Amino acid sequence: MSVTSDAVAAEARSRAEGAASPEGGAGSPWQPKILAFCCNWCTYAGADLAGLNRMNYPADIRLLRVPCSGRVNPQHVLRALQDGCDGVLVCGCHPGDCHYVSGNYYAKRRMMVFKRLLEYSGLRPGRFQVRWISGSEAGKFRDTVVSVTEQISQMGPMASDAPSLEALAGADALLEAARGAGDAR
Amino acid sequence: MRIGVFVCHCGSNIAGTVDVERVAREALKLPGVVFSDTNKYTCSAPGQESVCSAIKENALDRVVIASCSPRMHEATFRKMIAEKTDLNPYMLEIANIREQCSWVHKDREQGTRKACDLVAMAVAKVSCDRELFTTNLPVERRALVIGGGIAGIQAALDIADAGFPVTLVERESSIGGKMVMLDKTFPTMDCSACICTPKMSEAAENPNIEIKSLTEVESVSGYIGSFDVTLREKAKYVDYDVCTGCGLCETKCPTKKIPSEFNQGLSTRTAIYKPFPQAVPSKPTIDAEHCKKLQSGKCGVCEKVCPTGAIRYDDVDRVTTQRYGAIVVASGYELIDWTGLYGEYGAGRYPDVITGLQFERIVNASGPTEGHILRPSDRTEPKTTVIVKCVGSRDPNKGVSYCSRACCMYAAKHAHQYLDKVPDGTCYVFYMDVRCAGKGYDEFYMRTLQDGAIYVRGRVSKIYPEGDGLVCMGEDTLSGEIVRVKADMVVLETAMVPSRGSDVLASKLNVQRGPEGFFTEAHPKLRPVETNTAGVYLAGVAQGPKDIPDTVAQAGAVASKVIGLFARGQIESNPMLSKVDVSRCSGCRACVDVCPYGALGLVQANLRENSRKVTRTVCQVNEGLCQGCGACSVACRSGALDLLGFSDEGIMQEVEMLCQ
Repeated sequence: MSVTSDAVAAEARSRAEGAASPEGGAGSPWQPKILAFCCNWCTYAGADLAGLNRMNYPADIRLLRVPCSGRVNPQHVLRALQDGCDGVLVCGCHPGDCHYVSGNYYAKRRMMVFKRLLEYSGLRPGRFQVRWISGSEAGKFRDTVVSVTEQISQMGPMASDAPSLEALAGADALLEAARGAGDAR
Repeated sequence: MRIGVFVCHCGSNIAGTVDVERVAREALKLPGVVFSDTNKYTCSAPGQESVCSAIKENALDRVVIASCSPRMHEATFRKMIAEKTDLNPYMLEIANIREQCSWVHKDREQGTRKACDLVAMAVAKVSCDRELFTTNLPVERRALVIGGGIAGIQAALDIADAGFPVTLVERESSIGGKMVMLDKTFPTMDCSACICTPKMSEAAENPNIEIKSLTEVESVSGYIGSFDVTLREKAKYVDYDVCTGCGLCETKCPTKKIPSEFNQGLSTRTAIYKPFPQAVPSKPTIDAEHCKKLQSGKCGVCEKVCPTGAIRYDDVDRVTTQRYGAIVVASGYELIDWTGLYGEYGAGRYPDVITGLQFERIVNASGPTEGHILRPSDRTEPKTTVIVKCVGSRDPNKGVSYCSRACCMYAAKHAHQYLDKVPDGTCYVFYMDVRCAGKGYDEFYMRTLQDGAIYVRGRVSKIYPEGDGLVCMGEDTLSGEIVRVKADMVVLETAMVPSRGSDVLASKLNVQRGPEGFFTEAHPKLRPVETNTAGVYLAGVAQGPKDIPDTVAQAGAVASKVIGLFARGQIESNPMLSKVDVSRCSGCRACVDVCPYGALGLVQANLRENSRKVTRTVCQVNEGLCQGCGACSVACRSGALDLLGFSDEGIMQEVEMLCQ
């Protein structure tokens, strides 16, 4: 069932290794560090279901459980990107399906404003992504992890991505200015 | 800080792909960790025992268990800590190294490294955890049922039979809803009134049920176990304590030409009236809009004839507030107003184009024609009747996109009843599909075909008058031919839509409605009668179109939920809620606008700032309403709000730990 995606995963992995090997040389190959903020009621459950179905995906992703995507503060995302993550994913329930009525709408607006702000100031698009994955969409979760890992792997380490680093360095001020954006009902 | 880390093998489920011993060794290097161990099956009785004794022997004050998903066993381990150790059960974090690690990664090195990271993140988070305490909130063992149709009656009876008091609120002057208007019920052809009215009088006689007719919900505040509900009981102009329900006033009332709502406008009623003979409460009310005495002051006949002196022209609305532990929404439905939507069907200009509910009244023995099928225009027996299904249903351009579920069956019932009472009549049924899923339903439909009903697959595109009849034009989509049927009467089976005022009720109760306007259940499959607002339940068509058996089953399900809540008598609060630091709160209201539960409010607080007493506006969290989503803690501009259990600091520490 997961033959094709396993192949994709293996390909992503080998590409990641390939990207790192010219400089890395003898040391362990570079692997991206990806943090995923996941809503407890949807994506986190979807990831559990992917486990139950023994789906296979790259091991570079780390899930951080939150009660709702609306709980994720842009500051958390910013800190992760500033301090060493190569990519950040925020995942919530599909629009209209929020366990807490409207948290994912807040997440959507906050994160979209923030993402555009970061990308406007130079962050490479794809380093920060927002996805909606339900508790039953194990396959979608797996495919998302595969594709996000592949994209981040291709971009290479954040440490050697000068424009992104520059954008992140000035982002605290932007975040301060944009605080509360998207919360209006 | 003394953190203990327990890594589970889960047999070979985790240990097969993850080097659990190495994970435990690596964990010991993390700040604050003083103890680590592995266990074959941590969730088993010996596993739990070893964790508990390690907590005691090493005086651990925080625990990380690296095992399966917290969605699986977090509750198990919390309970274990609470019951078998002195530790607070919220000083626990789970690292999910099974579902999200060992089961999805095949490479042992990769899996082990990820497991180490996940444990490190959990350790970082547990370092920020605080002791949290659940409180037991009392439950007021009294239920409010909104809507006196069959759903509300059944729910009220079931709850009352368990010994709990119920207030049954109905905005019309009698309970009974739509079911009592029906003639027969499919597929058994039981007389609807014969099975509904005994339930009505049972409700009236039940000492635990208080029926409040002509009453609407004014406002609702509070939360599960203690809703404060204000009800407005409209003026009835009759003192029900004195009235005997003799009915003399109705016979003498001079205003007789008011269309009867109960008979769907096919007969008339008086200004002081009881909607139908078996009404509950079995006492009349005065329709103030049409009463001569109340409009112009000239009449007063009913007061003169009333043998008990029960008439009160100076009656006023009564507003009362009562506390309820649970609220059942059984507000039912309306039929879609087809006249505004279907110009091609005459928009209501042709008297012989009637709705299914009007047909129910016509065919009913106590209806306006005493059960003889006579068409409204000239009171003659229609020899050809056309039944049109899906009027408004399954047609987003005209009405609603959904299927109203019961119409296929009552269309078959109407055809059967018509052919039964008019043996020489012809009955055409225009349909899109025939959906008769239900016990004995398809058999009933087949019987109707055998009765001689002619089913034509297609929609009626136009109805126009010709002579003293009506011509229905449509396409038979099976043969591709245009069909013209000269009919004497046309019955439109119209769509069910949410009852009027559902939007207002939804906002009063803070319950969601779907795109079609029906109230939304908490989970379509696993929590079908609960709403996302704890303590508010749904029964009947208020939740979505359904037939009587499903409605009654749902009402019973609601009652069992309510009885379960009342039997417990108290609810344990979730302590992982928003918390406000008033010293940082500026009272900007950003959180108030964001909260979907209305759990945040502004209050005047006396604070001590810079060693001076000040009174200013700050935010306050209502712990009964807060569900712990955390949207407010992000919206808060001054960082005054935080979510306990998922604190800003905890999440930040997790992020930092991963980044190291």
